[in-house]
Amino acid sequence: MASLKDVKAKISGVKKTRQITKAMNMVAASRLRGSQLAMESFRPYAEKFSEVLGSLAERAGGEAGPLIVPKEEVKKVCLVLCTSDRGLCGGFNSNAIHAAEDFVKQQKAKGVAVSLVCFGKKGRDWARKAKHPIVEARLGIMGTRIPFTTAAKSGQKLIDGFLKGEFDEVHVGYTRFVSMARQTPLMQQLLPIPPIEKKEEEYSAGEYLPEHICEPSAQELLEQLLPKSVFIMLFSALLETSTSEHAARMAAMDNATKACNDMLDELTLTYNKARQAAITKELMDIVGGAEALKG
Amino acid sequence: MAGTIQLEVVTPEKLVVSEEATIVMAPGAEGEFGVLPGHTPFLTSLTLGTLRYRDTAGTERCVFINGGFAEALPDRVTVLAQSAERRCDIDINRAKAALERAKKRLEHPEDASVEPDMDFERAKAALARAQARMSLAETRRNVAMQ
Repeated sequence: MASLKDVKAKISGVKKTRQITKAMNMVAASRLRGSQLAMESFRPYAEKFSEVLGSLAERAGGEAGPLIVPKEEVKKVCLVLCTSDRGLCGGFNSNAIHAAEDFVKQQKAKGVAVSLVCFGKKGRDWARKAKHPIVEARLGIMGTRIPFTTAAKSGQKLIDGFLKGEFDEVHVGYTRFVSMARQTPLMQQLLPIPPIEKKEEEYSAGEYLPEHICEPSAQELLEQLLPKSVFIMLFSALLETSTSEHAARMAAMDNATKACNDMLDELTLTYNKARQAAITKELMDIVGGAEALKG
Repeated sequence: MAGTIQLEVVTPEKLVVSEEATIVMAPGAEGEFGVLPGHTPFLTSLTLGTLRYRDTAGTERCVFINGGFAEALPDRVTVLAQSAERRCDIDINRAKAALERAKKRLEHPEDASVEPDMDFERAKAALARAQARMSLAETRRNVAMQ
């Protein structure tokens, strides 16, 4: 049996660990609130935008811009992989990376070269280790308050690359925040822009609504709007990933704290047992000594 | 006249304005335009400038708009701006600092060491933004003085 001192040292060690995991849990909780708020405040913009884009695309349908038209031959694909910068968040990063690995395998099987743009250190580390070409790595922004300009800048680079023919397709891999308990890694096509789903017309069918007057022309407007829609998709992927990261870390730290508690219970029991055994032994010694003197 | 228009100004960061208005004036890419209730559907891009509207109490309100899009429908106007602030929310000190930085960059067009993270075009845009913000904030001051 471990000595009293050993057990005591272990107890205090576990207590300290519990303190850290508890603190990390609380930090993750408050960050989660922040990023959830950012996600919620972005939603009206994204919704309105898709409304406007939908009504415009419906009419400009035939004359699609170069961002919509799929390339005839897909040889080079760029994957934007969103992961976190830091670990200690359960299976969050490994899930995302597994999904990315599968994606890369699929593409390679088709004879397509894949290059990566990494948001977050974990994804970059993986890409480096697996020796996938990295176009760009952006560290230090995941998990913080992400400004829209970040998405716009990277989005613009991707669009330029797509137009110049550096990539024939751009996909984004991110972790969707489904609920506090569930975050699922997803792959989504960014470029060419997937066909825009037509929204249900808000005005009832009987009501006559004339076509929009556009200034400048619908074509020009669409050309300005389409890059924006790429930025929006990218930005929402970043926001979702950030929120998922915090939720995953919160859950992981909660589990760790619980495990610490269980361990403490066990250790305290061992400690008490050991102490009791020591006392009993001492008593036996004293009694034995007294008996011996009597004799 | 048929009632009011629901005006919404949204940016990627937040919902800036969501209010009933009787008239909305916005800086369109091809000139300023006004929207009254019952306007025909209209879609345009916006430039840097000021969006003005009159709320149901008849007070005129101003919002700084940094480019974007606007959609007008008979009963509502939706503005999707890159950034937007109500006049009272403009941070004048930040605008001043941005102005200084941009000026510095523009004065030394060749010297890349001055404000290295800003190229010439961006500095120009930043200058215009800062000036527009400040002039809008100034109008409030003058009104307050009277």
